[in-house]
Amino acid sequence: MPRDNRTIPLPYADRFAAVATTLPGHELPWLRDLRAQAIERVRQLGLPTIRNERWKYTNLSSLAAVAFEPAVSEASSVSPDQLPSAIGGCRVVFVNGLYRPDLSAGPLPRGVTLTSLAELLREDPERARTLFGEHDAAADSLGALNLAFAADGYVIVLAADAAIEAPVELLHLTTLGAAAAAYHTRSAIIAELGSSATVIETFRHDAATVYWSQPVTEVRVGPGATLRHYKDQNEGAKAFHTAATDVRVSENGRYENFVLTTGAALSCNEISVVLDGRGAACRLDSGYLARGRQHADNTTAIVHAKPQTTSAEVYKGVLDDQARAVFQGRIVVEKDAQKADGHQLNKTILLSDRAEIDSKPELEIFADDVKCSHGAAAGELDEDALFYLRARGIGQADARRMLVEAFVGETLEGISNIAVRAAFERRIGAWMSAGAEPSA
Amino acid sequence: MLEIKNLHVTVDGKPILKGLDLRVGAGEVHAIMGPNGSGKSTLAYVLAGREGYEVTEGAVLYEGRNLLDLAPEERAREGIFLAFQYPVEIPGVGSNSFLKSAVNAVRKHRGLPEYDAMEFLKLIREKRDQIGVGEDMLKRSLNVGFSGGEKKRAEVLQMTLLEPRLAILDETDSGLDIDALKVVANGINALRAPERAILMITHYQRLLDYVVPDFVHVLSDGRIAASGGKELALKLELEGYISHRRPAAEPAATRPA
Repeated sequence: MPRDNRTIPLPYADRFAAVATTLPGHELPWLRDLRAQAIERVRQLGLPTIRNERWKYTNLSSLAAVAFEPAVSEASSVSPDQLPSAIGGCRVVFVNGLYRPDLSAGPLPRGVTLTSLAELLREDPERARTLFGEHDAAADSLGALNLAFAADGYVIVLAADAAIEAPVELLHLTTLGAAAAAYHTRSAIIAELGSSATVIETFRHDAATVYWSQPVTEVRVGPGATLRHYKDQNEGAKAFHTAATDVRVSENGRYENFVLTTGAALSCNEISVVLDGRGAACRLDSGYLARGRQHADNTTAIVHAKPQTTSAEVYKGVLDDQARAVFQGRIVVEKDAQKADGHQLNKTILLSDRAEIDSKPELEIFADDVKCSHGAAAGELDEDALFYLRARGIGQADARRMLVEAFVGETLEGISNIAVRAAFERRIGAWMSAGAEPSA
Repeated sequence: MLEIKNLHVTVDGKPILKGLDLRVGAGEVHAIMGPNGSGKSTLAYVLAGREGYEVTEGAVLYEGRNLLDLAPEERAREGIFLAFQYPVEIPGVGSNSFLKSAVNAVRKHRGLPEYDAMEFLKLIREKRDQIGVGEDMLKRSLNVGFSGGEKKRAEVLQMTLLEPRLAILDETDSGLDIDALKVVANGINALRAPERAILMITHYQRLLDYVVPDFVHVLSDGRIAASGGKELALKLELEGYISHRRPAAEPAATRPA
């Protein structure tokens, strides 16, 4: 792709000097160096412009226009009774990107350990080092920004052969603050050999505060392990949410991801999966619902690196008003990945003439014995179906909600836990109901 | 109950109904017959309130009110039911939950208490056996994967549950084998009641052997060309629609032996 050296300077990078010594692990020389290199990289690169092929449809320049401040800990600003109800028995809470054991509840299921990044840097800095990795000269500016500023996060380890039924919930909250807070979590989920578990992450903020949440998550699915990783992105109406998830799946491992996007003014959800062992599989599903002037970017990359790997991807969205969504789905089948099987589908319903979807599938196939398919479609709500429901006495708003729920509901089919699925169904219903009310 | 006066309707600017008059009283069963393209389905859709059908002249009164002012859901709640010729498949909308939503929307409008899940289950068990709708059908998405006959039976089940005052059946007999036709006809007959009117739109006389109408009308070129009792349907069966399309022509003189 053509290189373009034009960038957007990010003034926020200059805030690094003020907080560098407050970051956890700042006494560790290797981490100090790594952070210094990373922030230097952010200064050099700035933010990518829309002339960059990856960012052609998503303009990040509004991030440069806000005077963000690195988030600080506010010990007392949230009380446990203000928290939304939990799905299962245990929940781990982060506020403004920082782990809050005082708000977290319930014992973790047997076979699961969770350590906060700050704790890990204190207790076991060498292990933390693997999480930060080496300085990556090819890292993009968002990745480097996270590396420099990350003040907390989590490491979840699923013990070998642990079959964990109860979902592990992670709740990421943002509190109201005077300044536009930015926080950058750096986390990892490691599913060891033969383990299986469900991890649900919820990002939530009920007010219209400007802030930026930037989670970076590394996922390793060991041989024969299964990780079900779900996300409910319900950030505040003026928030920025830029998430990157990097997944590697070993032989006969399975990674299932579902993301429901309803929040944030501007969101980017990037998922990159490498199917790195024979028989490795992934399933990436998502529902994205946007209205007003929301912008929701979903960018996925799946690399079939080994034979007999399978991937399935269904992204479905509903856009109203002047909302805009982007789907970029790249599937690479490497030369040795014979008998790979990859399927991708992206469908969007446009409820308004001014809503827009940019859908870009990219298939790069270097093996000859593979099955790959992709499809993309955008259209209006089915008028025949709408009339049929109304002709049975169902009001127009209810009929529209039924059709939207049915359309997006297909993306929930992979979620086998009934309580989890019902929670997402309720969220989709709530999004539709919110749209039926006259806007203030 | 229903009074249609000089109804003119265009679809995409093309005139389809050209001055249709029809009166349907409570307790009556009317059959409207006519060749393809005579405007039968247009009449059904106009009465149900589908978009894209422009009334350019005339009036439709239902229970003395201007029907054309009402949205489709308001008409349904007021007691109008259209059994679709081609019921729409809606993936992801469960048949059971759809039926419950529809029945409760109508009940709410009529000032009746809404059914809860248990009450509704009981009601539906009772009714579905009468119509020959299997339990498995109702577990599927609405009309998805239903055979032609199953779709028609599902329409009759909906009609039975919604207890309309004016039921309009658009080619409900088409695509049915004789056994399915009998089941559907039984369902329709069970709904015959002094306070209820039924309007059957059909191309064939076949359904009328099982659901005997009080009145038969021939629709031709957008108007009612002839009206009569049930014997008119038999006459049409034997003579075809041709005589009614050309009012001046003599009826066929002889009947086949």
